[in-house]
Amino acid sequence: MQSQASVAEIRPENYRFLQEHVYSQVGIVLEEDKHYLFECRLAPIVRQLGLNTIDDLCTFLKGNCQTEVGRQVVEAMTTNETYFFRDPAQYEAIRSVLLPRLMEERQQTKKLRFWSAAASTGQEAYSLAMLLIAQGLSDWDVRILGTDFSSQVLERARSGKYQQIEVNRGLPASLLVKHFRQSGTEWQLSEPVRRMVSFETIDLRNSMHGLGPFDLVFCRNVMIYFDAGTKKSILEELHRTMFGGAWLLLGGVETAFGVDEWFERQTVQNATVYVAR
Amino acid sequence: MAKALVVDDSKTIRTILARTLKEIGFEVLEAANGREALEVIEAEKTTVPLILLDWDMPEMNGLDLLKRLRETPEFSSMVVVMVTAQNDLDHIGEALEAGANEYVMKPFTKDVLVGKLELTGIQL
Repeated sequence: MQSQASVAEIRPENYRFLQEHVYSQVGIVLEEDKHYLFECRLAPIVRQLGLNTIDDLCTFLKGNCQTEVGRQVVEAMTTNETYFFRDPAQYEAIRSVLLPRLMEERQQTKKLRFWSAAASTGQEAYSLAMLLIAQGLSDWDVRILGTDFSSQVLERARSGKYQQIEVNRGLPASLLVKHFRQSGTEWQLSEPVRRMVSFETIDLRNSMHGLGPFDLVFCRNVMIYFDAGTKKSILEELHRTMFGGAWLLLGGVETAFGVDEWFERQTVQNATVYVAR
Repeated sequence: MAKALVVDDSKTIRTILARTLKEIGFEVLEAANGREALEVIEAEKTTVPLILLDWDMPEMNGLDLLKRLRETPEFSSMVVVMVTAQNDLDHIGEALEAGANEYVMKPFTKDVLVGKLELTGIQL
C-alpha cells in the first residue's frame, strides 16, 4: 500500500486541472488551500482504481473527464465536507433517545466509548463531545476515538483549531461561546472538549483488531467510496468492534445495502440508525 | 406566507439576505437601521416571526433594537438572528445575553444562513 504522502502528491498543474474539472462540471470554485480536502476525498478513488497518486488520477481523468470516475471526483470534492453537527437529526436522536438509554444501561460502569470512524478534520467527534458535556456526564468515563486514513486531516483535528467559516456552519452560537476561544483568525476548541477525543490513523479496509468495544459508531460518508465486497467486510469488522445492541450511524445518502446481516435498521426520531445484532 | 424582516444598512446585504429568505418561502420586509425596523415591527405587530439583524447601523444599532424587542412582551418571542461582521467572542456573547437566538458571522454562505435558521427551530 502507498504511504499517505505519496498518494497525496499533487503537482500544481494538476491542482489547477482538478479545480477546472469541478468548476466545469458543477460550477463550484475550489480555492487554493484545499490540498487536505483533495487528499482525503480523492485518495479512496485513487486506490479504488489501483493507481498510486492523485497525479495518476489526474492523468487518467484528462482523457476520461466525462466518465463515472470524473463524476465520482466531482462528487467527492463537493458533497462530503464535514462540519459541526452535520445531520442534526442524528445528534437529536443521540441526545434525546440513544444517550439516555446508554446511560441507563451503563449505570454500573459509568463508562461509554464512541468512535468517529471517518473523522476527517474532527468536527463530528468534537460535536459529539460537546453534546455529551451538555448532558452532564462529568463523573463518567467517556472517550471518543476519531480515526481517518489521512494523517494530514487528523493533524488538523488534533489541533482543535478551526477557521471562521468552519465554526460559522452548523455550530450553535451558544456552543461557540462556551467551548471556543479566538486565537488570531482561528478558533481554538477548549481543553475539556479536546481531552475527550483522541485521534488515530486507521484505514478501515485493514483489520480493526484491538479497537472497541464501542457503544456508538459514526461511519458517515465513507462507505460510498468502497465496492460492495469491501463495504461488506468493513461492516463485518465494524460489527466486531461494537457491543451487542450498540448503534451505527451512517451518512444520509448511504444505502444500507449489505448492512442487514450485521445490523438492524431502526428509525429513531427522524434519524436512521443501525443496531448491532 | 410567513414574514421576515431584514435589517442592515447595506442595500447589497439586504438584497442577498432577502433573496435567500424568499427562496425558502418567506415574504421579506426590509429596514436600513434599528429605528426603521422598529417602525416596521410596530406596524406589523406580531406578524413578523423572524428578524435578521445587523449590528452596526446608524440611528439605532442592532443590539439596541434587540434589547428593545426583548423588553417588549408583544415582540419578545420573535426569532432574532444577528448577521454581522462583529466576529469576536465578546460581541457574540453580548448578543446571546441580550436574547439573540443565533449569530451568523459575515462573510457567510447561503448554507450557513439556512443552517443557522434551522437551529432556531423556526418553521422553514
